[in-house]
Amino acid sequence: MAGRSVLGVFREVDEAVEAADKLKENGMDNFEVLSGTPFPEGAFGEKVANHRLYVWPLMGAMLGFSLALLVTAGTQLAYPLVTGGKPILALPAMFIIAYEGTMLGAIISTIIGVIFESRLPKAKLDLYDPRITEGYIGLVVVAPEGEAERVDALFKAANAADVQLEPAS
Amino acid sequence: MQLRPALTERDINRDLLRPVLATPIWFYFLLGGLAIGVCTAIGGFAWAVNHGTGVYGINRPVMWGFLLVNFVFWVGISHAGVMLSAILRLSNAEWRRPATRAAEVLTIFALGTAALHPVFHTGRPWRIYWSMPPGYDFGRGIWPDVRSPFVWDPTAISTYLTGTTLFVILLLIPDLAVLRDRSSGLMQKVYGFLSMGWKGNTRQWKLQIIAGFLLSALILPVFVSVHSIVSWDFAVQIAVEGWHATIFAPYFVIGAVHSGVAGVISVLALLRWMFRWENYIRDDHFDALARLMIVVATAWFYFLVIEFFLGIYPAEEPEISLRTLQVFEWPFNATFIVFLLMGYFVPVPLWLFRRVRQNVALMFWTTLMVNIGMWLERFIIIIPSLMRKQPLTFSWGSYNPSPIELILVAGSFCLVFLGVLTFSKFFPIIPLADAKEGVALETHVRVGKVMVPAAYREE
Repeated sequence: MAGRSVLGVFREVDEAVEAADKLKENGMDNFEVLSGTPFPEGAFGEKVANHRLYVWPLMGAMLGFSLALLVTAGTQLAYPLVTGGKPILALPAMFIIAYEGTMLGAIISTIIGVIFESRLPKAKLDLYDPRITEGYIGLVVVAPEGEAERVDALFKAANAADVQLEPAS
Repeated sequence: MQLRPALTERDINRDLLRPVLATPIWFYFLLGGLAIGVCTAIGGFAWAVNHGTGVYGINRPVMWGFLLVNFVFWVGISHAGVMLSAILRLSNAEWRRPATRAAEVLTIFALGTAALHPVFHTGRPWRIYWSMPPGYDFGRGIWPDVRSPFVWDPTAISTYLTGTTLFVILLLIPDLAVLRDRSSGLMQKVYGFLSMGWKGNTRQWKLQIIAGFLLSALILPVFVSVHSIVSWDFAVQIAVEGWHATIFAPYFVIGAVHSGVAGVISVLALLRWMFRWENYIRDDHFDALARLMIVVATAWFYFLVIEFFLGIYPAEEPEISLRTLQVFEWPFNATFIVFLLMGYFVPVPLWLFRRVRQNVALMFWTTLMVNIGMWLERFIIIIPSLMRKQPLTFSWGSYNPSPIELILVAGSFCLVFLGVLTFSKFFPIIPLADAKEGVALETHVRVGKVMVPAAYREE
């Protein structure tokens, strides 16, 4: 849906909640809350999209385990020297490295997963106000065509400290 | 519980970003002093590389000296960091907030410094990559034996170091956005790049919180494995009395937690004193950490006693002789007494008193004492065992550390503190988002005539 983004910046949490309620009353419930603090989910009545973060560590763990087994087995088979009467493919020793590989794979993929699922990195901040990291609350909504001014007025009525409109295209 | 003044997000930014945005002059002098210590150590190592490892006090049969004692010590210190942060995160402990990042950062620099010690010890830095999978020198027929603990060890340490570093970087992103919004010029560009366009929307915060839990759960098993594997450097060697013990892995892990949590408390005390963070690192945080220390120290002491008695129980002559050397013969008898007093018998009874637990200066000195004791513990484990004639060394020996080894050990302390302080110059060492969340969710409830802090917790 084509539209213009509008950012309202509020000093107080209650003001932002009131503005969010008004947005919902006007049929615009797909707004985004920006804050400098992790508030409990749903504190502003916002929708939070699902994520698939839990798949990432699983995939990474399997990849890490396989790679670690490949490296340990490959190394030993490539130069099969018997030491201390132990078998060439000594499972207890291979398991130690495979364990570390599994965990490393899981950790790295989790990090990548969090960044990807957070929709980062982003080259441009678009609508944003630095005061958000100082305690202000930002509400961003994509207003339908011709509704941006109405959202602007709605935010101002809810005592917004500032309202920014995406430049009209 | 201590009541603290009401803090706004602006107050938190101002106070916790002070070392980054308005660094005091004395801070640079301190960094300069530590840098001189590090440079001296670099000079010492250059000397060792140029002249060979003969400049160390190690010899046959004492082939492991101060450098490997210090290696085990720093790996131990590195443990508490993430262990402390992970357990407190997973258990949703409110008092974790100021301690987590300092603990994680201490882990990174302690572990990085520990990883340098095998390089110092071997004296051939240009060949160290032979022990790491990415650097296997296949072209020259160098095939590492994966059945050796000396391959397990770098694998585990590199996993732990990589995991911890990425963990810190990920959880730093929201704070980097605060710095982006508060700085100007080149630094704003740098922090803007590092914060990756973070805006702080609900989805991003939710994923940050899940990541904190998930990564804690993933890093905890790695933490246990790392010091277990370090202990196997010793325990799988069947020829050295005093080392070949099945209890070594849990004994080393709990010893690492003991010294590591003590290290975190020392660092927190220093940070509070240097940056006047009384409102953030409060007396009741030290109180809680000291209670944890009592439990950890007592568990460690139990393992120490069990390890000792398991050693002497079979009544084998070489083992009895080794224990006699460790406990009754000069200079190890003096070292042993100092180690026991500093590692357990002085600090733990003191921590039973609330007045001590809530006294930051006393907590600093007692935790420092623990780490002196724990350094001596590693010394007592490594050196006396190697001094005795072994089936594969055929000779008796003694060990005196050389000046180069002393310089490298002192330099390692400078390097860790230089690293932690440099980090605190560029990044907030108390997580701003965590501190703000604590304030946002905190309230005070009246119980009878007193006001008690209470916190909302999202399950």
